[in-house]
Amino acid sequence: MNIILLANALPLFAATPTPTEDPASTFIRLLTVFLLAMWVGFEVITKVPQRLHTPLTSGSNAISGVTVVGALVVAGSLTTGFGTLFGLLAILLAMINVAGGFVVTHRMLAMFNPKKK
Amino acid sequence: MSSQAWINLAYLTASMLFIVAFKQMSGPRTAVRGNLLGATGMAIAILAACFEQPVTASITEYGIWPLFMLIVFAAIGGGIGATMAIRWPMTGMPQMVALLNGFGGAASMLVAAAELTSTRAVSRFEESARQASAAASLEPWTQFAIAIGLACFIGSVTLTGSLVAFGKLQELPQFKKPWNNPNRQWINLALAVTALLLLWGVFGTSQLLFFLLLVLVAAALGVTLTLPIGGADMPVVICLLNSYSGLAAAAAGFVIDNSVLVIAGSLVGASGLILTAIMCKAMNRSLVGVLFGGLGTTSTVDADEVYAGKIKSAETEELAMILEQADRVVIVPGYGLAVAQAQHAVRELADVLEARGTSVEYAIHPVAGRMPGHMNVLLAEADIPYEQLREMDDINPSFPETDVAIVIGANDVVNPAARNDPDSPIAGMPILDVDKAQTVIVIKRSLSPGFAGIPNPLFAADNTLMYFADGKKALIELTAAVTRD
Repeated sequence: MNIILLANALPLFAATPTPTEDPASTFIRLLTVFLLAMWVGFEVITKVPQRLHTPLTSGSNAISGVTVVGALVVAGSLTTGFGTLFGLLAILLAMINVAGGFVVTHRMLAMFNPKKK
Repeated sequence: MSSQAWINLAYLTASMLFIVAFKQMSGPRTAVRGNLLGATGMAIAILAACFEQPVTASITEYGIWPLFMLIVFAAIGGGIGATMAIRWPMTGMPQMVALLNGFGGAASMLVAAAELTSTRAVSRFEESARQASAAASLEPWTQFAIAIGLACFIGSVTLTGSLVAFGKLQELPQFKKPWNNPNRQWINLALAVTALLLLWGVFGTSQLLFFLLLVLVAAALGVTLTLPIGGADMPVVICLLNSYSGLAAAAAGFVIDNSVLVIAGSLVGASGLILTAIMCKAMNRSLVGVLFGGLGTTSTVDADEVYAGKIKSAETEELAMILEQADRVVIVPGYGLAVAQAQHAVRELADVLEARGTSVEYAIHPVAGRMPGHMNVLLAEADIPYEQLREMDDINPSFPETDVAIVIGANDVVNPAARNDPDSPIAGMPILDVDKAQTVIVIKRSLSPGFAGIPNPLFAADNTLMYFADGKKALIELTAAVTRD
């Protein structure tokens, strides 16, 4: 509840916006990227064979930890106590996701390719 | 070139590496490189993020401490993740993936939360152009408001859904009893409608109160949606949560206007959706059916009727003799193999048989186990060459020429009722046609039904011999008996 009260107590300054790109254009630009990447994803991933589905799941899982990039930016801006705290927590969780995902995938794939004795 | 342009170039490089990483997942040999490229892409993206304007600005103002703090948290997280990954047993892979999904979803939600609180706060200062435009972005119905709502909604559902999935897969006592509240569809509906209204509120006002309520309602929804789903439907849930964690990251990318988050997030989203579709198809069920239906467990077929007087159980020596005379043996593993941790024991039996000139192959059903490809990982752990692991459509035509099929810990995926009985709850589900083999050996503790809760006519078939024992113990004894002769 404290968070709500604190945030609501903050006066909203009526700053004049100086956008370099109008919000709708930003949205459409990102939507374009999103849809094209989805398309690439569908094309590439349908070719992954069944036997590699577990490493695919854990590997893509690691890549979804990319949100750590966003976490670094919001935590690094040090604007509010809560914002930074959330950001730091996000870094922690996302890095568990990233490191855990890539390492476990590597471990699994190493088993798929036993070393020739 | 401005520093922001260099950062964007680094993000572009990372995005390309992610795509190549997925591309190289198509073969076991290239996949190792693919995974390393993915990790490289991630490292580049993380480094680039440390040069973003908000980070450099706070370094200019407060010195090296902010950066140090970021590195400490990243290192702790990375250390925890790597340790988990190294120590976690291969049989528990579905749980680990579920847990990591949850962390990813939670991180995306927190990024949205941080950005919302920061944006609301910076409007006090009016220091830079970025902050001024951030204040402007609090306007209703902007990309910012919509993306924040979605990131928090998807992230929160992913977090609690994944934790429940983890609890169920880990078989924690709290999750043993399935949640069969007759009103659960209404509870889900009520939560979903509330979540939509709150989303509308966040889109329209960016109020922190709506945001927090949305997180709570979405968290409850994640629990109530995942709780009733059990056992054999778990692969679908894992894939779907994987997809959500990607979509949450993409939504977080929309919040902070960052293309690498959007690209990587949508790649993962696509990957999860494809796997979800494959899993549903392999069970001949619709996604809606898996998520909301539950399986009609009120079977019309009586177990006693199917089994009475028809079950033939066999002793170790008898089975060993049959195996010794076989030219071709097909092993059908299921989730029970993972539970019994019998992957190495299977390998030893196969080695003994192969040494006698028998050909041994493994038939892998797409939904065997608790996550996609679960059996392949287990058997790979026991150094079984992947050339011997055959997919369902590939191996099914060869069952009539198979002397012995050994079923270990699989049940519903070899139930001929799916093929023969149109009234069966699993009717139409593609199965492994083991019943067409000359002899079928089923290693099982008891006649208890599988996930579908229906009797399996395979166990009562004329060519089936039951071997009632723990999977691992049974395999070790069989191996010993075959070696003795």
